[in-house]
Amino acid sequence: MGECEMMRVVHYLNQFFGGIGGEDKADLPPRVTEGAIGPGRAIQAALGKEGQVVATVICGDNYFAENIAGASDEVIKMIASYRPDVVIAGPAFNAGRYGIACGAICKAVQDQLKVPAVTGMYRENPGLDLYRQDVYIIETTDSARTMIEAVAKIVRLARKLVAKEKAGRPSEEGYFPRGILVNEISERTGAERVVDMLLSKLQGKPFESEVARPMYDRVKPAPAIRDLGRARIALVTDGGLVPKGNPDKIEIRTATRFGRYDIRSVEILNPADYEVSHEGYDSVFIRQDPNRLVPVDALRDFEREGLIGKLHETFYSTTGVACIVEVMRKLGEKIAEELKAAGVSGVILTST
Amino acid sequence: MVGSSRILPGEKIVNPVGNADLPLTEEKKLRRSIVGKALKALQTELEEQRVLC
Repeated sequence: MGECEMMRVVHYLNQFFGGIGGEDKADLPPRVTEGAIGPGRAIQAALGKEGQVVATVICGDNYFAENIAGASDEVIKMIASYRPDVVIAGPAFNAGRYGIACGAICKAVQDQLKVPAVTGMYRENPGLDLYRQDVYIIETTDSARTMIEAVAKIVRLARKLVAKEKAGRPSEEGYFPRGILVNEISERTGAERVVDMLLSKLQGKPFESEVARPMYDRVKPAPAIRDLGRARIALVTDGGLVPKGNPDKIEIRTATRFGRYDIRSVEILNPADYEVSHEGYDSVFIRQDPNRLVPVDALRDFEREGLIGKLHETFYSTTGVACIVEVMRKLGEKIAEELKAAGVSGVILTST
Repeated sequence: MVGSSRILPGEKIVNPVGNADLPLTEEKKLRRSIVGKALKALQTELEEQRVLC
């Protein structure tokens, strides 16, 4: 890149790193200033003569968090007016609202302005799980004391993205894996590579798997039910129980769908009415007696005895074998949403 | 079960809340006992994932 085509960087900061104030200024609407501010100076130093931080957008964390879509539109307009080649947000370290804002802005910049964007966060920042698949997020420590190291990695990756060079692997560049599989030609067969990995593992040496493990998020347990006698309890299963004929065509493996089935007038599940769509276990005992998987009969007893308020009028079913975590996450969210809307306060999920 | 907070061991993979080897009344008793434990688990306050028995 010649001097006349220096890389133009627009930087995003919250009110704190922007030097405006702490929590008392968290309601600050977005504003833009020419040039680098605060951590932007470290970005400028890392860019050297190759690029310039042309503008800095600063927005209060609460202002952004309370209206993500609206605030994001305002910020994007400001960013766009400076015609950046790349946008850098943060790094946010362990600041939660700031991390979410950084992720949201990077995603919006990519989607709406078609410009690459990079941010940085600590591994426990809530912005990570929300945006890691869409955005390059450099792993930082939880402390702004490591600003220089974090910025060095962010700028290195930003340069590559602007130059349309291929970004290296997550471990090489220092970003969190995005769950993307890339084909590579290797001189050595899979068998040779896997034996090498095994030998390294046995010798306690570092090695890197070629298959990324699925990303599971941690779920905070819901509060306990205080008054079970008034609670509406629902049954959910991943054991593939469906009405005869499998009306929702739930797959026998790698499911992409779930079904909800009416049990309003059902005292006990009748084997004549149900079948199993699941190739991951031997379903003969369930086909003989579906209550062995979806215990409607026992819950009807408890309902009559007043131990629970009510058995929810539909049970939910999908097939839990060889499933894609991302797909199941979406199914789970949808089921939970419906159950919550129906006033269900507890779920018994039976799994095979 | 990844992500579940309150976990109870079922009877067997092929019949989590039943047991085909038992006579019907015994099996129903077993099912009531497992489901009863599940209802107890729902009333248990906890901070992180736990296997309850």
